Amino acid sequence: MKFETVIGLEVHAQLSTLSKMFCGCSIRFGAAPNSQTCPVCLGMPGVLPVTNRTAVEYAVRMGLAVHCDIQPHSVFARKNYFYPDLPKGYQISQYEEPICLGGWIDVEPEPGEKRKIRIHRIHLEEDAGKSVHDEAYISGNETLIDLNRCGTPLIEIVSEPDIRSPKEAYLYLHKIRQMVRWLGICDGNMEEGSLRCDANISLRPVGTTDLGVKTELKNMNSMRGVEKALTFEVKRQTEILSEGGAVIQQTLLWDEAAGKAVPMRGKEEAHDYRYFPDPDLTPLIVEEAWVREVGESLPELPDDRKNRWTADYGLSDYDASVLNEDRGISDYFEDVVRETDNPKTAANWIMGEVLRRLNEEKTGIENLKVRPGDISHLIRLVNEGTVSHSAAKTVFDHIAETGDTPDKAVEKLGLKQVSNASELGDLVQKVIDDNPDALKKYLGGKDALFGFFVGQAMQASRGKANPKVVQDLLREKLNALRQSES
Amino acid sequence: MGDSALEKARLVDKKIAGGKAGKLAGMIVAVKDILAIRDVRTTCGSKILETFHSPYSATVVERLEKEDALIVGKTNMDEFGMGSSNENSAFGPVKNPFDPERIPGGSSGGSAAAVASECAMTALGSDTGGSVRQPAAHCGVLGLRPTYGRVSRYGLIAFASSLDQVGIFSQNAEDCASVLEAISGFDERDSTSVNCEVPSFSSDLGMDVRGLRVGLPSEYFQSGLQADIQVKINELCEMLEQNGASIQKISLPLTDYGIAAYYLICTAEASSNLARFDGVRYGSRIDTKEDLKHMYCETRSRGFGEEVKRRIMLGTYVLSAGYYDAYYRKAQKVRTLIRKEYDEAFGRCDMILGPTTPTTAFRLGEKINDPMEMYLSDIYTVTAPLAGLPAISIPAGKDTNGMPIGIQLTAPAFQEGLLLKLTEYIQLHMESHDL
Ligand SMILES: [Zn+2]
Repeated sequence: MKFETVIGLEVHAQLSTLSKMFCGCSIRFGAAPNSQTCPVCLGMPGVLPVTNRTAVEYAVRMGLAVHCDIQPHSVFARKNYFYPDLPKGYQISQYEEPICLGGWIDVEPEPGEKRKIRIHRIHLEEDAGKSVHDEAYISGNETLIDLNRCGTPLIEIVSEPDIRSPKEAYLYLHKIRQMVRWLGICDGNMEEGSLRCDANISLRPVGTTDLGVKTELKNMNSMRGVEKALTFEVKRQTEILSEGGAVIQQTLLWDEAAGKAVPMRGKEEAHDYRYFPDPDLTPLIVEEAWVREVGESLPELPDDRKNRWTADYGLSDYDASVLNEDRGISDYFEDVVRETDNPKTAANWIMGEVLRRLNEEKTGIENLKVRPGDISHLIRLVNEGTVSHSAAKTVFDHIAETGDTPDKAVEKLGLKQVSNASELGDLVQKVIDDNPDALKKYLGGKDALFGFFVGQAMQASRGKANPKVVQDLLREKLNALRQSES
Repeated sequence: MGDSALEKARLVDKKIAGGKAGKLAGMIVAVKDILAIRDVRTTCGSKILETFHSPYSATVVERLEKEDALIVGKTNMDEFGMGSSNENSAFGPVKNPFDPERIPGGSSGGSAAAVASECAMTALGSDTGGSVRQPAAHCGVLGLRPTYGRVSRYGLIAFASSLDQVGIFSQNAEDCASVLEAISGFDERDSTSVNCEVPSFSSDLGMDVRGLRVGLPSEYFQSGLQADIQVKINELCEMLEQNGASIQKISLPLTDYGIAAYYLICTAEASSNLARFDGVRYGSRIDTKEDLKHMYCETRSRGFGEEVKRRIMLGTYVLSAGYYDAYYRKAQKVRTLIRKEYDEAFGRCDMILGPTTPTTAFRLGEKINDPMEMYLSDIYTVTAPLAGLPAISIPAGKDTNGMPIGIQLTAPAFQEGLLLKLTEYIQLHMESHDL
């Protein structure tokens, strides 16, 4: 029997607001334990939550970007459970009435094959603190609590079970990460936990529509980890079902090092979270006009931008994707294109020199000293014949190190291209005179040696000679010699 | 607190001399121990918070201090505001100043007794289902529960968040109005506080009852109401009619469902609100050196009293999967209907008059082993909180045992001004009529 894979993902994204979801504490990463707390996020007796409007705006941004219906009326609810890093004994979340409903994300598992992954809902909630087991400070059965993270705003993005393969799951997650970064609402760092993903997975015989028994996968700390864990679980469930066995509904923890998913330790208790509307918070009312305003303030979205580039600039799908992966690079490219009428050349510069440089320096585009105007300037210098293409790359690196303007860099490096025919005529003549053997063979019919002469001439000019002029001069002189021979 | 109050008093004296004193200068106030005062022990009448000192002050406390009120002490209460007799305090019961054998009412029994015995001129309490009005009635003082959202709850330790409201005890309407004026108003730290103008309650006092329509719900005067209380209400109605008010017979048929809806909602909210008292960060912890679950169980089993545990269990049950719709959701529906019923009633009258309690103060120990009987004594006080309405209990003489009788007025939302005016009027005229 052949099986179809059914996957749904729950993605938590920590919102990069300045303060927490329901109090004024900072959410800066890496501060001393419990230094970013106040009576509210410590759950002191008598305190009350106040909703962070920026977090609401971020949730609306995400909702609009993935085509959700923004709910004018949504409700915060309490999810009740005891845990030491949950000071109030409940987490404020949204349950029956979330802020965003519906929506979708397109993924492209194979070129040209589009798959629509529907989004069930997006809701707002607060993060819990962290339990720390550090034996340098405590004995075996003790736990340290750091509540800096407690109260950090989160959105949870819940997909429909529309994902059909681990690869699609990876692509969907990739799209979410791209989108939250693009919108500037989350840094999307899975390793640091600012983006977290749990997966539900089941199999069913191809052609059937009922859902099979699912397992839940947790503890994946990278996007590739999610793909690997799901691949592992597809294989495991396929084996069980193929042998006529039954999958047990359970939660599995992905062990990255061992490359396998293992059942969560200990008896799994069926949690009854006793959700009910939080009486400390009035319903979250989102005005239609405000939603429209937020919608208008959204940047051009990655898929729209990509489509425009392929249509208007003639970029290949692949190039457009590479340039569009990161909002900073994408905007950089747009800035270059604004000042040049050669978008393809601009694309090559960015995919070549810019990305190479960023990669070498392990830094972000915002730290690159070569600004978009410098790239368009360099393109113009090459087109005008002021510098050769290879010299332009040297100029690029010089700017990246010094921040000089392109003109100044060209001058400093002495790389201004020589196009003057009389000046280059002497140089070309010298190259012919200095290579009698090559000349003899060329005149004897070895046409391929033309390139050798060009190379020698370029070398003699230390790259500054205009290759087009050099070629013209060489062709003229060598042809004259051939004719006089015959 | 005594020393710091004396010190503060000297300071206020100087301010008065300099003509720069706040509106409550000279007002001696007691504060129910459910309100947080910075660096002061805040126990909520519970063993679990026996040694807890709050790191911050409640908004109402800050506002009292800003107007130079003198906070002289914290008052005893039923643990976490749960009780109608003040016998549920971990620190012993409060006794009624009129008869130490009898209960002062609860849960703000300490505040009521403090004002009745003139330890303080006014006191803050909190009213969830009657916790200000009922002890006020039993102790012969005024007890006002403002509209939900009128006064900030920030720093009021939550029992049932959608019902809790800070209330005021006083001897007369004027003091009550001054304190209400000081503590009312929007607070950005409380999302449920309402952003509307605060009238100058104290300067607005004084009224003529001619044309005033007073509603008398027939459901309030059925079996179970102590005869002396019925008599007092009749006398009061006569006096009002004589002076030009009209008494309207109205009907509030959902009154009977009030107790059930109230106890479902308040226990549900309490079960969640009290989850934070887990021994992890503050308060008492009973560490058995076993596992976490054991620490939670021991801390909460030994830290909470019987009534608190009963309500946490009831509330947990009410919110459980499979029972939520039958209990919690249904109670919310009843609540909506009660609100509507009041709305309709206020189309026919300006104010509703009735008893605060079915009986005057009972004896200590009389009902403590019968929680159901105890809950039923809240019948007249639970519906106003369910509808978020302001209500006041006014002292109206004594019964044959010499125990105070309380009469309750309920007004439409944000009509505390009207309540206080009529209260002042009634107090003046009852004296002259010797009622
Ligand atoms: Zn905080």
